[in-house]
Amino acid sequence: MSRILLEHGGGGRLARELIEAEILPRFAGLVGLPDAASLRADGRELRFAADSFVVQPLEFPGGNIGHLAVHGTVNDLAVAGGRPRWLSLAMIVEEGLPLATLRRVLDAVRDAAEDCGVAVVTGDTKVVPRGQCDGLYLSTAGVAEALSELILGANRVQEGDAVLVSGPLGDHGMAVLCAREGFDFGTAPRSDTGPVHRLVASIASLGSSIRFLRDPTRGGLAGVLDELARDVSLAFELEEAALPYAPATRSVAELLGLELLHVACEGRVMAVCAPDVADAVLARWRSLPEGAQAARVGVARPGPARLILRTALGGRRLIDPPRGELLPRIC
Amino acid sequence: MRYLDGFRDPQAAAALAERAGALAARLERPVQLMEVCGSHTMAIARYALRGMLPANVRLISGPGCPVCVTDAGYVDAAIDLAERGVRIATFGDLLRVPGSRRSLADVRAEGAVVRVVYAPDQALEWARQEPEHPWVFLAVGFETTTAPLAALASGLVRSGPANMSLLTAFKRVPPALDALVADPALAIDGFLCPAHVSAILGADAYRPYAEVHGRPCVVAGFEPLDILLGVCGLLEQLVAGEARVDNQYERVVRPEGNLVAKRLIDACFEPVDAPWRGLGTLPASGYGLRAELAHLDAEKVHDRPVTAGRDHPACRCGDVLKGVLEPQGCKLFGRACLPDHPLGPCMVSSEGSCAAAWKYARVDP
Repeated sequence: MSRILLEHGGGGRLARELIEAEILPRFAGLVGLPDAASLRADGRELRFAADSFVVQPLEFPGGNIGHLAVHGTVNDLAVAGGRPRWLSLAMIVEEGLPLATLRRVLDAVRDAAEDCGVAVVTGDTKVVPRGQCDGLYLSTAGVAEALSELILGANRVQEGDAVLVSGPLGDHGMAVLCAREGFDFGTAPRSDTGPVHRLVASIASLGSSIRFLRDPTRGGLAGVLDELARDVSLAFELEEAALPYAPATRSVAELLGLELLHVACEGRVMAVCAPDVADAVLARWRSLPEGAQAARVGVARPGPARLILRTALGGRRLIDPPRGELLPRIC
Repeated sequence: MRYLDGFRDPQAAAALAERAGALAARLERPVQLMEVCGSHTMAIARYALRGMLPANVRLISGPGCPVCVTDAGYVDAAIDLAERGVRIATFGDLLRVPGSRRSLADVRAEGAVVRVVYAPDQALEWARQEPEHPWVFLAVGFETTTAPLAALASGLVRSGPANMSLLTAFKRVPPALDALVADPALAIDGFLCPAHVSAILGADAYRPYAEVHGRPCVVAGFEPLDILLGVCGLLEQLVAGEARVDNQYERVVRPEGNLVAKRLIDACFEPVDAPWRGLGTLPASGYGLRAELAHLDAEKVHDRPVTAGRDHPACRCGDVLKGVLEPQGCKLFGRACLPDHPLGPCMVSSEGSCAAAWKYARVDP
């Protein structure tokens, strides 16, 4: 490989290889490349995260790049066991972007930040000549206070632990795909862009029974679980009939031959927890609007590391780890 | 989706699996059935149907993925054009198919314009928006794809845009089956015939394989119950010692096929000899543009004829497809030929016989 492929940015195997070969060896402070760092300052536990947003189109059913920029970083902080507090906002704007578009995006940032209880406290603006970026790129970084009850980590995941998701899978990826390609199938998939900090806070009191949290963005649920399986040398078995999907999202995925387990969510959280608290997690999540369709979808099994799907017909198959780029099939 | 759920009912599937078990027990011998079509292969993997079938029934994946059998020489020609500045529109799954040295994904990373279409009409739109650039549509596929692209070609003749041409590598299913059944070593007891290809061709197209070659055929849809029903139908014929064409997919497939689509194909294309990755060049197994549509032929427009790529001399995909060799019996399997750098079509397809054997052999789910 002498050049970067699109797939290197897709949250799949090539992305992991790039990180392991080129990034981790250069920065000793990065341990396993968590989505958020755990820091200590003046005796206080903090979480620190950064994320960039290059979505095309900038606006799509369910939200725009401004919502994503807030939710992406808020969610990285939340699944690291943080209560998000402060946010930075950096913008790279392409010459010629309609001011009306920028206003809608900034309004979305303001509204989403307010909803998440975070303050935008610093930022930066650059304008580049036409053609040097695709309309608008956003980058946010955030700081959170740690929720002290939670002790999270891949190394705490055990055989028999339950896998839960807070809602339907793949909505964001399919909504953006349909908006970008101009598909009109009658009922369009709608992005789930939204914050998960309330979902995380609602289960914090379950303490050490909550082992691991992650937001399944690029690479989808399969991407997150594949990485976790490798880290802990366990297998995860998912129950196809239990996986929640929105009907419009599932229809489009069927039509295009895409695997929804590889498709990004932007407002869901996956939890791995001790089996005896799984029902409590579900009850707390379902009492919140953003967790109404939460489901228990799988279980951790003895290794080797792999993902297994128990199909609705009762068969078992391996789920491929995502490669990084969603490609429709003609056959 | 409720419509689809009816074809995925677990109880009905269990009942069909049981019926297949009873039929297979009466055969008292190993049976090898070929699913000809790549979409069947994907569905069989996705619903884990292999594990539901009796132990003496083995499904072998056929040459039925038109992208996977696309020859390296064709990919090389597309790459050449892309590097000369021609803009390429392609179906997504062709992006990673290896040419002699590189794939279209590689040259896209080097700056070539290679765009993925979800529907062929999108490519016309792009070509209209950029009249200063030549565009080439990579026209690959079986009869199912040939028909809509014939519609696209006749639209180009009528109303342009003039900067769009087609690089064709269509494949026809019957000549490939002819080549398979002509081999006396063929160890296939019956054919699960394609769903959508048959919507164009018609179920009658398979009659020679039953009536001349004595191989039972069942046309089956792509849903799991369709496939299980198709397998039961094949086993029933084998138990009864019969060989005929049954059409399980009557909701879509007629005996004579889609006559309008066939006429459209014949108006734009004519049969040509075509190279199949892993099988070599098969007579009249492809479609090329008719002489009067030469102005749409990218090979002529850009003076870049497609020359056949060379299959790896040790590739045994032909024998794997005929059921006479297990993937593990090929010297290249798992060494020179891996899912990340596949050589033969059985490894190019993510659920082809070799790719599936590689994936599942090392871990028994």
